[in-house]
Amino acid sequence: MTPAPLGQLLGALRARLDAVRGVVGNRQVTDGGTVQRTTSDLRFVAGLALGLYVLFLVLSLLGGFQSAEAVTSRLQSVTLLALVYVMLTLALNLQWGYAGLLNLGVAGFAAVGVYTMALLSLPADGLGLGLPLPVGILGGFLAATLLGALAALPAIRLRADYLAIVTLAFSEIIRLLIRSQPASEFTIAGQRLGTGGTDSLDLPPNPVKSLLYENPDQGAFVAVENPTVIGDRLFTAGEAVGFGPSLVERVVYAVLMLAVALLFYWLLVRVGNSPFGRVLKAIREDELVASSLGKDTRRFKIIAFAVGCGLMALTGMLWQMEGGGSTAPTTFEPELTFFVFVALILGGSGSNTGSVVGGIVFVAVLLEAPSFIQRIVDTQFGVPSAPETLFDAFTGVDPFLGYFLSDTNISALRFIVLGAVLVYLMHNRPEGIFGGRTEIASPIDLSDRSGTEGDES
Amino acid sequence: MSTREESGGVLSSVELNPLAVVLGSLAVLLFADLGRRLVTGKLPVSTLATFLWEGVVFGMAIGLAGIGLAMTYSILQFANFAHGDYITAGAFTGWLAAFVVAGLGSFGLSGLVLVSDTVPTGELGINVFATPLAVLVGLAVASASSAGLALALDRVVFKPMRGARGISLLIASVGVALALRHALIVLFTGSTRSLTTDVPGQTVAIGDGSVTVGAHEVTLVVVAGALMLSTHLLLRYTKLGTAMRAMADNEDLALVTGIPTERVVRTTWLVGGALTGAAGFLIALESGSMDPTFGWDLLLLVFSAVILGGIGSVYGAIVGGIIIGITRNLSLVWLPSELVLVGAFGVLIFMLLVRPQGLVGGVKTV
Repeated sequence: MTPAPLGQLLGALRARLDAVRGVVGNRQVTDGGTVQRTTSDLRFVAGLALGLYVLFLVLSLLGGFQSAEAVTSRLQSVTLLALVYVMLTLALNLQWGYAGLLNLGVAGFAAVGVYTMALLSLPADGLGLGLPLPVGILGGFLAATLLGALAALPAIRLRADYLAIVTLAFSEIIRLLIRSQPASEFTIAGQRLGTGGTDSLDLPPNPVKSLLYENPDQGAFVAVENPTVIGDRLFTAGEAVGFGPSLVERVVYAVLMLAVALLFYWLLVRVGNSPFGRVLKAIREDELVASSLGKDTRRFKIIAFAVGCGLMALTGMLWQMEGGGSTAPTTFEPELTFFVFVALILGGSGSNTGSVVGGIVFVAVLLEAPSFIQRIVDTQFGVPSAPETLFDAFTGVDPFLGYFLSDTNISALRFIVLGAVLVYLMHNRPEGIFGGRTEIASPIDLSDRSGTEGDES
Repeated sequence: MSTREESGGVLSSVELNPLAVVLGSLAVLLFADLGRRLVTGKLPVSTLATFLWEGVVFGMAIGLAGIGLAMTYSILQFANFAHGDYITAGAFTGWLAAFVVAGLGSFGLSGLVLVSDTVPTGELGINVFATPLAVLVGLAVASASSAGLALALDRVVFKPMRGARGISLLIASVGVALALRHALIVLFTGSTRSLTTDVPGQTVAIGDGSVTVGAHEVTLVVVAGALMLSTHLLLRYTKLGTAMRAMADNEDLALVTGIPTERVVRTTWLVGGALTGAAGFLIALESGSMDPTFGWDLLLLVFSAVILGGIGSVYGAIVGGIIIGITRNLSLVWLPSELVLVGAFGVLIFMLLVRPQGLVGGVKTV
């Protein structure tokens, strides 16, 4: 590609971004209603997603994925991960963007949800209580909400950086407890329960399995022999385009996740514009003023924190139940929390649309693209086996490039880039891609003074 | 009116106290149980003494590592999440130097420079008695490199953000932590490598058993103690120390008085970084092995120490470190070893909730 079209493309993108941000030139466009803005935001997100799909399609083809099934499978996993991060980022935005509460325990609260659900809904002859899955999911949500409230209740009066340390310690305690020997299997009142310790724990079959198979409890190979009516239709349709049953199941799951993510977005936009959300924004801007106006700021902050924790748990459960449906304590290391933070800061804290864009861009560009690029370089240039150490890479006959493209190093390089991006953002654009947009706390536009000006002139 | 205020005061103290009372009585119960175990002989005195000694050793290391964190916390007013990786970076460069000094000529340079796990440490034979020079050079290089790294990162990352809110600095430091840790993984590979050969320890008979006191444990305690004492002298009796304390107290006032605040900030990073690097080197020396994430894994413990002692207080960090070290090892009496960190983090949360100003008590002495 020559530089000129690229520049044009970037210019067009920036104009589009500015239009969505509500800034043309230096003037604020007052379009009044939130509905209009939400629609245009959704259109922008859809456009962004479409553009990324095209990009990843090209990347997968270049990377040597030939069949439609392989490409779709790869795109499905990127989509699912993007949706997970969008949902986690939205939940974190409620806490950090709206209420100004720095929660470094995202991973811990998600883990509470997942493992509570497992304890409640795994079969009674296994490690669980054998309750229906909806009860388990509700239980996981409530457990995380309650723990969130419990953690926030005393910690909320602390300084923001203390809260950060408390939540990080809290999340590590949860992870250490889950993976400990005593918790891996214990018996209460004759009922065998457990978290599986450091091993991975099989979760109850997800709702999509119940939708597609008559006997979702059986292994995938057996269950596929006996599909439901809907399952049968979908599998036949999948066969027509060359998709196996397991891919059909995963695509349906991604669609379900998309629906839940949209629900999250709608819910959080509603919350943001509700009287409750306006108080939260007021607290974020100036807590003293909010409390002087008679608002019980502590109560508002605790509720926002607890609900955010519950949403994180819900996301965690839906994420871990996908596909094979197993979970492990390594999933919930503090890295997960920092990833979500980078996504939120990238998008712009305080903005729901920003959270969505941040989640998508983070997963696409920072998490997933490197492995695609690694694969492309591998297949196109045929890099020989990676040298063992950096020293060999410099001195030996082995290529320099190969060292940095080995699996462990590409993952490490990704973290280095992540760190640099975070520092760059804090230096140059602490408000994120969408943070420059002012979300007005009042339902009517206070800056629009045309009426009073008209009277005076 | 006054009665209402009074009842309000009582109410608020009651509101705060149940937590403190519950947790406090829990602590009393634990100590009673400890006494019971000692009397009934369930817990031999020698085992308890071993726990305490190892706790003190570990606590000195954490306390030394915590001084740097407490210094930057009090002068720059932010929680530096990259501090754990400063520990690791210092340890790696220090051990690089120690390996080169001990093994140059007998082993391939590439393995030595990368502190590689392919170097047979048994033959390299680093310990305080066999290769005191390598250990000394390593300690010096670790301090110098961590100080240099802290200065460089301050110049690139934190200096452009002077005056920003503590939270922005905290988030930037998370970025630094991620990048630094994984840069070390790319440079040195992520493997766990062993570093030293064992030195026979001195056994001290206590009660019905004995406590083994290792040479590297003593080295750690002595060096850390000496460094802590020098920090105390530096802060107490030099102009620089006075300037640092003044700045921690009130930065604007310090600037008005003519203290070159920017230079004090640089010196803070320098001193804090050097102590952190030394701590990293000593921790690796004592445990005999390291990997590129060990500093990060210690970070929450260092935070615990600093918060326990009262954020921003150097003496608090030292006291806090020793308490955290003893807590971590003493909780082995009740908890399985994989859960001892839970005990230490529990102390951290308890402290933040009950007495956020720390043990030393809200006075920022640097």
